[in-house]
Amino acid sequence: MTMKIGVVTFPGTLDDRDAQRAVRIAGATAVPLWHADANLHKVDAVVLPGGFSYGDYLRCGAIAAQAPVTEAIIKAANGGLPVLGICNGFQVLVESHLLPGGLIRNEAQHFICRDQKLRVENINTPWTNQFELNQEITIPLKNGEGGYIATDETLKRLEGEGLVAFRYLDGNPNGSMNDIAGLRNERGNVVGLMPHPEHAVEAGFGPDTNIAMRSGIDGLKFFTSVINALVNA
Amino acid sequence: MPKIIVEVMPKEVLLDPQGKAVANSLHRTGHKDITAVRIGKRIELHFDRPVTEADVAAAQKIGESFLSNAVIEDVVAVTVEDN
Repeated sequence: MTMKIGVVTFPGTLDDRDAQRAVRIAGATAVPLWHADANLHKVDAVVLPGGFSYGDYLRCGAIAAQAPVTEAIIKAANGGLPVLGICNGFQVLVESHLLPGGLIRNEAQHFICRDQKLRVENINTPWTNQFELNQEITIPLKNGEGGYIATDETLKRLEGEGLVAFRYLDGNPNGSMNDIAGLRNERGNVVGLMPHPEHAVEAGFGPDTNIAMRSGIDGLKFFTSVINALVNA
Repeated sequence: MPKIIVEVMPKEVLLDPQGKAVANSLHRTGHKDITAVRIGKRIELHFDRPVTEADVAAAQKIGESFLSNAVIEDVVAVTVEDN
């Protein structure tokens, strides 16, 4: 039986169909989850995709953090359900307090869209177990409010406990503190990052590599990792 | 109409790009004595009955937990108008 991975759609979500496609390419079944429906339909994991949920009103991710489906996800995440937040999904995780800190306007004030090199710094999560520690990967980045910010105390804890999952390499695109691109929670089941793994899952449609144009599929391992974690659970 | 006004400001330490752009514009138009501009949010919570102390306490709580994000913003005032 294939794994069921839920992909949430809020009003204003943009990358839900790409995330569903990534789930399918990785070999699982994508289950669409609707913001107003608190039923998670017995999925084995959840992806909160990118976009501009609720028009970024109030703050990015703030209203989505209060949605019925998010309430159910918070409860399930606290019970160990693997949850991946990408871009706006990362903002939703932060606003839901499933991950600490906040995300503010990019330092240079510009929306940035480019292929971004990252270092995978934590592979003890269901979303990163197929990577090698400190592996360098390239996946697309596209955000206007991706500057990670946290109190000194929180930063110290994140670094001390090894909760930084991804760090920007070759230039910090948005002024994120400590070059943080993504985090995991203490338990490891919740992972959030600003760059977009779901846009780097199929040769011909990913970032350029040394081998060929658009052949980069580093993002696929996020999705094969969670399938691997679920199979071995 | 009774209402509670919740005012939220970006933290002092954070760059406020909107405020900075407005300040630059003011300087260009001759308002040299204005040294800085910072822009926050005024959020009105409307009621069709008189506002109670419990409503204000609830508004303070909503302000801190939902209308602002403590990592980047502060609730600077919760006031009642037209009660």
